[in-house]
Amino acid sequence: MLEIKNLHVKLEDEDKVILKGMNLTVETGKVHAIMGPNGSGKSTMSYVLSGRDGYEVTEGSATLQGQELLDLDPEARAAAGLFLAFQYPVEIPGVGNMTFLRTALNAQRKVRGEDELSAGEFLKLVREKAKALKIDAEMLKRPVNVGFSGGEKKRNEILQMAMLEPKMCILDETDSGLDVDAMRLVSDGVNALRSPDRSFLVITHYQRLLDHIKPDVVHIMADGRILQTGGPELALEVEKNGYADILAAHGLTEAK
Amino acid sequence: MAASEAVTARLSAQAPGPGFGVARAAAAERLSAMGLPGRRDEYWRWTDPAALNTPEVAPAAPEPAEAPLFAEVNSLKVVFVDGVFDADASDDLAMAGVEIARLALEEPAWATGLYGTLEEAGQTPVKRPFGALNTAQATDGLLIRVTAQAEKAINLVYVHKSEASDPILHHLIKLEEGAELTVLETGPAGARFNKAMEVDVAKGARFHHIRVQGAEQDRRAVTHIFARVAEEALFKSFTLTVNGKLTRNEAYIDILGDDAVAHIAGAALGDGKDGPFHHDDTVFVTHAGLRGESRQVFKKVLKNGALGTFQGKIWVKPGAQKTDGYQISQSLLLDDDSQFLAKPELEIYADDVKCSHGSTTGAIDDTALFYLRSRGVPEEEAKGLLVLSFLADAIDEIEDEALKEEIVARLEDWLARHR
Ligand SMILES: Nc1ncnc2c1ncn2[C@@H]1O[C@H](COP(=O)(O)OP(=O)(O)O)[C@@H](O)[C@H]1O
Ligand SMILES: [Mg+2]
Repeated sequence: MLEIKNLHVKLEDEDKVILKGMNLTVETGKVHAIMGPNGSGKSTMSYVLSGRDGYEVTEGSATLQGQELLDLDPEARAAAGLFLAFQYPVEIPGVGNMTFLRTALNAQRKVRGEDELSAGEFLKLVREKAKALKIDAEMLKRPVNVGFSGGEKKRNEILQMAMLEPKMCILDETDSGLDVDAMRLVSDGVNALRSPDRSFLVITHYQRLLDHIKPDVVHIMADGRILQTGGPELALEVEKNGYADILAAHGLTEAK
Repeated sequence: MAASEAVTARLSAQAPGPGFGVARAAAAERLSAMGLPGRRDEYWRWTDPAALNTPEVAPAAPEPAEAPLFAEVNSLKVVFVDGVFDADASDDLAMAGVEIARLALEEPAWATGLYGTLEEAGQTPVKRPFGALNTAQATDGLLIRVTAQAEKAINLVYVHKSEASDPILHHLIKLEEGAELTVLETGPAGARFNKAMEVDVAKGARFHHIRVQGAEQDRRAVTHIFARVAEEALFKSFTLTVNGKLTRNEAYIDILGDDAVAHIAGAALGDGKDGPFHHDDTVFVTHAGLRGESRQVFKKVLKNGALGTFQGKIWVKPGAQKTDGYQISQSLLLDDDSQFLAKPELEIYADDVKCSHGSTTGAIDDTALFYLRSRGVPEEEAKGLLVLSFLADAIDEIEDEALKEEIVARLEDWLARHR
C-alpha cells in the first residue's frame, strides 16, 4: 500500500535535515505503529507524505499503491486515498464543519469520477457516522474545530476519516490528550474502519492506544529513520524499558 | 480654479431636484463654505476625489446586469435606471405601515424640517462635501415614513445603462417610535453615483439595511449614510462591494438615546485584474446616550493590486457612560501587490466605557490551507472557503438568515469567477 524508500527531507528554509534515509513499507490491510521519542521526525514524515509546503525532499520516494506521492498536490494525494489525522487539528472560523466535510467529500468524489452526494444523502451519512463517534448535531454545525476540546478535535479527525474512506490512514498522535473514554471512542472509530483493503500507520507514544488498536507491525523511529521493526511485543518492550537501549544500539542517546 | 468656482461649476452642472428649497439652498451654501475635497484634507489622503469632483463624469461602460438579488424576498421593489425612477419596473409605492413619496414629486410635511438635517449634523467635526452636494442637488429618491412594522422590505434596485450617467439620489427614512423597516439596495446605479441616505430611528424602532454595490468595473460611487438613533432603537447596516473603480462609502451614525444599538459592517472584494479597484470606508460613530452599543466590522479581500482603505472613529461624548464600542478593520491580501490602509480612531470623553479597536492585514493562512487541501479540497476552492471564513464576522452582522444566505451565495459566485 505505502512504500517509503530512503527518504531524505530537510527544511526548505533552513539547513536542518529531519528525515535521514527513512524506509517503511505498510502492506495492504495491515496496521503499523510508529513509536519514537519527540523530535524523531514522525510528524514531519506525515506532513511530507501528505504534501505540506516547507520541506524539501532531497532523496528517496514514497508511493501509494505504486503511485508516486511526492509529485502530487495535497488534494490529489487525498483523492488517491491518503488521509492524515493531524496531531494538531486546525481551527477554521467561519466555515461550518458540515460545509467543510461536504466540500471535501464531493471534491474527492469528483476527482474519482463519482457523482456528488446530494444534500440529503450527505446528511444521512454524516449523522450516522457522527453518532458512532458521539459527535452531536451542534458540533457538526459549529465552525471547523473552533471551540472544540482536545478530544472533540481528535474525534472530528476520525469523523473526517470515516466520511472520506481513505485507503491509507496516518494517525499522528491521535491519542495524545485523550481521556480513557475519548480514547475508546477514537479507537472504536478506527477499528470500525479496519478492512482488508485499508491500511493504517499509527503514530503514538503510548502502548495504551495499541491495546485498543492492535498493530500488526511496530517500528521504532529516532533521528529521522526507522531503527527497529518488530511485532506488537516491541511496543510492550518500549513501554517497559523506554527507548534508551534501542537508541544506544544505534549510537544515539535519549537527550539527543 | 478657486475652490468656490469649482463648487459653482459642480453645482451648476446639473439642475437640482424640486422641493425642499430652503434645505437645498442651505446645503449648497454649506458646500460653498467647505469646498470640494482635496488630497490635503485629512480624510481624503488615501482616496483621490478628483474623479468625484469634476463637473463632467468620466464614462463608465455598463455591464450586463447580474442575476437579481433578493428576488425571493417579500419586498416592495423600486427601480431607478441611471437615477431615473422606472415606474413600469417598480411596484406601487404603497404598503401598510409605511408612507412612501418620491423626492422628485412631493414634499410631504413630515419631511420638510428633516430633509438635510441629518446630513448637516454629520458635517461636524469632519466635513463631508459630497453629502452636502447630494442634499443640494439630488434629483430623486424616496421619502419614507414608517409608523409600524413594515409589511415587507423596500428593495431599491439601481440599474446602470448609460455610460455617462451621473445620478444623485437622496433617501430620507423616518422610523417612528417602535417601527421597523428593512431596506435592500443593489446595483451600480450609474457611471458615477452619489447617494445619501438619512435615517432617523426613533425610540425603540429598528432599521436594517443590506446593500450590494454592483460588480461593475468602471463605476464610481460616493455614498453617505447619516443616521440618528434614539433610545432603545436599533440601526444595522451591511454592505457588500465587489469591484468598482472607486467606492467611497461614508457613514455618520449618531447614537443619541440611551440603550441604543448601531452596527455597521462591510465586506469588500476587489480584483485589480479587472481594472483599478479602490474601496474606501469612512465611518464615524458618536455616542451621546448611556449604555450605547456600537460595532464596526469591515473586511476587505484584495488581489492583483487592489487598494482598500478604512477610516473609522468611535467618538464617545461626555456623559455617554457605559458605552460599549467595538471596531475591527481587517484585510486579506491575496498577493503582494495589493494594499490596505487603515486609520482606526478612538476619542473618548467619558470615563466608564468599554471601547476597543483593531486592524489587521494578513494573507491566507498556510496551515489552514494545507488542512483543507489534505482533505481533498482543491487549492482554489480551499482559498475560497478561507476567504469566506475571513469575511464571516462581517456577514454575521446580517440578522436575517435568508438574506445572509443570498449574500454568501453571491460571494461564492464571485469567488468562483475570480480564481
Ligand atoms: N517547520 C519546522 N521548523 C523548524 N524545525 C522543525 C520544523 N518541523 C520540524 N522541525 C524539527 O524537526 C524535528 C522533528 O520534528 P517532528 O517531525 O515534529 O518530530 P516528532 O513528530 O517525531 O516529535 C524536531 O527537531 C523539530 O523541532
Ligand atoms: Mg509529532
